[in-house]
Amino acid sequence: MIQEFFHLLSGWSSLDTAIAGSAALTAMSCALPGAWLVLRKHSMMGDALSHSALPGVVLAFLVAVGMRQAGWISSGQQDALLQMFLFAGAVLVGVGTAWLTEWVQRLGRLESGASLGVVFTAVFALGLLLIRLDVDDVHIDVDCVLFGIIEMAALDTIPGTSIPEPVLVNGAIFVLNLLLTVLFYKELTLAAFDPALATSLGIPARGIHYGLMAITAMTVVAAFTTVGSILVIGLLIIPSATALMFSERLMVVLGLSVGIAALSAVLGHALTLTLPRMIFSRLGYPTIEDAGTAGMMSVTAGMLFVIALVFAPKHGIVSKLIHRFRLGLKIAGDDLLGLLFRIEEQTAARPTDVSVPDLVAKQNGINRWVMSLSVRSLLRGDFITRQASGELSLTDRGRESAKSLVRAHRLWEAYMAKHFELPDDHLHETAHRVEHFIDDAIQDRLQSELKSPSKDPHGKSIPRRSDT
Amino acid sequence: MATRVVGVLLVLMGVGSLVPRNVEAARRSGVGVRVSSISLSSLRHPNVETGHPHILAIQQNNTVSPSLVSRLSRVLSLRDYNTRVVLLGTTILGITAGIVGTFMLLRKRALVGDVVGHSALPGIAIAFLVMEGLSPGTGKWLPGLLLGAFAFGLAGAVTVMLIDKFSRIKADAAMAMTLSVFYGLGAALFTIVQRVPGGNAAGLKTYLNGKTASLVADDVWLFVGIATVVLVLAMLFMKELTILCFDEQFAAAEGWPVFWLDTLLIGLVVTVTIVGMQSVGLILVVATLIIPPASARFWTDDIRLMTLGAGLVGGMSSFFGTVISALFPRMAAGAVIVLTGASLFALSLLFGSKRGVLVHAWQQRKLRHDVGRVDLLRACFELVEHAVSDPIPTHEEMMDHEILLGDLVSMRAWDLSTLRRLVAVAEKDGLMQHTGDDNWRLTETGAEEARRIARNHRLWEMYLMQYAHIAPSHVDRDADLIEHVLDPELIAELEYQLDHPEEAVPVSSHATTGSSSG
Repeated sequence: MIQEFFHLLSGWSSLDTAIAGSAALTAMSCALPGAWLVLRKHSMMGDALSHSALPGVVLAFLVAVGMRQAGWISSGQQDALLQMFLFAGAVLVGVGTAWLTEWVQRLGRLESGASLGVVFTAVFALGLLLIRLDVDDVHIDVDCVLFGIIEMAALDTIPGTSIPEPVLVNGAIFVLNLLLTVLFYKELTLAAFDPALATSLGIPARGIHYGLMAITAMTVVAAFTTVGSILVIGLLIIPSATALMFSERLMVVLGLSVGIAALSAVLGHALTLTLPRMIFSRLGYPTIEDAGTAGMMSVTAGMLFVIALVFAPKHGIVSKLIHRFRLGLKIAGDDLLGLLFRIEEQTAARPTDVSVPDLVAKQNGINRWVMSLSVRSLLRGDFITRQASGELSLTDRGRESAKSLVRAHRLWEAYMAKHFELPDDHLHETAHRVEHFIDDAIQDRLQSELKSPSKDPHGKSIPRRSDT
Repeated sequence: MATRVVGVLLVLMGVGSLVPRNVEAARRSGVGVRVSSISLSSLRHPNVETGHPHILAIQQNNTVSPSLVSRLSRVLSLRDYNTRVVLLGTTILGITAGIVGTFMLLRKRALVGDVVGHSALPGIAIAFLVMEGLSPGTGKWLPGLLLGAFAFGLAGAVTVMLIDKFSRIKADAAMAMTLSVFYGLGAALFTIVQRVPGGNAAGLKTYLNGKTASLVADDVWLFVGIATVVLVLAMLFMKELTILCFDEQFAAAEGWPVFWLDTLLIGLVVTVTIVGMQSVGLILVVATLIIPPASARFWTDDIRLMTLGAGLVGGMSSFFGTVISALFPRMAAGAVIVLTGASLFALSLLFGSKRGVLVHAWQQRKLRHDVGRVDLLRACFELVEHAVSDPIPTHEEMMDHEILLGDLVSMRAWDLSTLRRLVAVAEKDGLMQHTGDDNWRLTETGAEEARRIARNHRLWEMYLMQYAHIAPSHVDRDADLIEHVLDPELIAELEYQLDHPEEAVPVSSHATTGSSSG
């Protein structure tokens, strides 16, 4: 399988490099404004902007063609001006969409998602009509339109060089976005996390909002030449969401987003060349050799996110499960130590009909399997020993640890009784839950706060720490 | 460059990666689809004019088009069997989507429809591949495609919920991610679909922007069936869904199966989205879920009426959108339906009787008018109070006293022109009468009203001092804000609490000359 993958990849040509490079730059240029959208919880605004770019582009195209037909510019100038018109049109319509959404939301007292949904679908529908009404007539020469536009865009090299045009355009946008992020880092951060504070500090939070919308619209328009309008949303949002699974530090998140974006693009193209053939040749369709790179980029980014979602060191599902399991193990062990200590303390006959671990498991609703694992780890850590009779008893080390737990438990009970006026029979449950988390420092503070009590509210003595 | 731009435009339409190599070929095959479907329906309905599948196709094929009026009468009289079919189909889809969308809007999950719509794309491709693989030539069997779309639409909605619940990623990012990944998968699969040997996939891309033009009777009967089931379910569970939308916690606390209700609602939304895609396409289908209820919201506060209104708006936009697109060539039905809906939304936003902008503005104006009157009369009362020797002026003194605008203007933070306007309004309301240049006098009702207003104001001040322990120097401002909304019941309560039953106006607890409250 892996061999087949690399065998298929061995056909990688300079064209593939051009495609992957264009795609990577496109994804990187999207990742920066996208990260701010995610942080501001405006991700669906990216959706709206990429849809609403349509009428902007059509208008730009109409204006450029109209100017040429009117004889104001030559067709060479038209091509040169078109890119500028495209950006201008997209910014105009993008900011217009953002403004209209806000206006409808405020005036109609609607929820933001609803006003967004009304505005961007209407704008997109308008674009669809415009395209059918006019542009279709002007240029029906669509024979050259291939499946994934990125493959063709990468062929469009800058005259005299072998650098694909998208590399230049998207690279320029990436540099611009990077520059703006560095320049307005403080303002963007403040406006994203605390717009009220930003405003009171004299930073125009609304201005930042619309500026971000304008930049996003521009980035989207530069990007759709390579990936298409709907997949742009993925490039905007997925890398930053993935980065957020790894870190809380803004700088790290921004850096990671850009890196993940580039990785999704390159890996996406590599998978385009390999995955469809590997799957469909087995299904009996040997003619299928690849799929559209744009679509696969989005899918790859999604797969990277799923990997992060599952395996990220701190926030990933696996790491959370491990953490929860460890905690369960610790609590089971603590409960066992506590019970052994209390049995010793009472010098009463220990229960004979049921083993101590079983009793702890039953009382606290702990899984028996977790309990036995916990007993094993306590034995290994020399906290408890197993007598010849099979009974468990505390070692000196275990006794110290148990003493600290029981001490925490009873100090907390005393504290609760003093400050919360709870009935006596309500104290145990909370103390039982909290005892695992009260370390020596808190124990000392509780002790001095309570003026070194010797008994808890139930009349049981609070054990002293041995070193005091 | 120019050709690239055209390509780019098509990409923007969402069809970039799906555009066949040769558009003419696609057209031919598209027509082929229609003709084959027509022959089916014309077998069953021999009165259909042969060669003219339906009005939409006529517009595209005829070079000499009949006059607008004759076309309009032709569409509206429903003379063509296929016009009836298409109109019936889109209208039913519009009504159903509007009704189900109401719950999503109130649940603040309006954009989920967008995710469902985009997520359905790979489902269509996979269903096609599976059916084509099982038995070549059956790839475009509609119920099968719908089932595939339904499965992936549902998967999209569930993915959003799972990411929202089990990760630190917020719902908005989860939606954007899900829809682009699923859509990306769909785009990749569609390029593959088009390379399957013998697989004529040309008709499939109509799912992107709607396939109103090629709806046939069988499709419509399928929609009618599905729509009926959805509507019956929505009506049966109206009460439960309403509780879910307004207070999820309450519903859970009351023992309602919130999870299953949520599942039901998502199921309804996915169904409506998938079926609704047939009329406007999967990119715009979210509009049919959001625009109707958002428009209806401006007309009513009653959820039952809102649901009806949403159905009405949805049906109307689909009906008129289809009619308009049938009248003019090159008008994509999906886009026109959405724009018709958006126009209805704009009208509702402006003229809605409950929350419309104009009604709101009128209410604001009325409120300003009331506040102005209250301020004016209290200022008059306090002016007279200062002028007469008694602590509290009598009714006769109030009426007899000549009020000069020059004196009145120093009572509050207002300027002379505002004051003149207020006085003019009061004259029209019969509260004041003109006695000289800038001299005015309170009428019988005016004097009575002024006493009442001053009394309310001072009762509230006394209440604030006694119960809220606010300093006498601070109560005037608070009372100034509240006096406009004190109703008789509250006044009675104040009288009782303050043990102040007699009709008399209490003496002010602070200096009233030129009080600066504004």
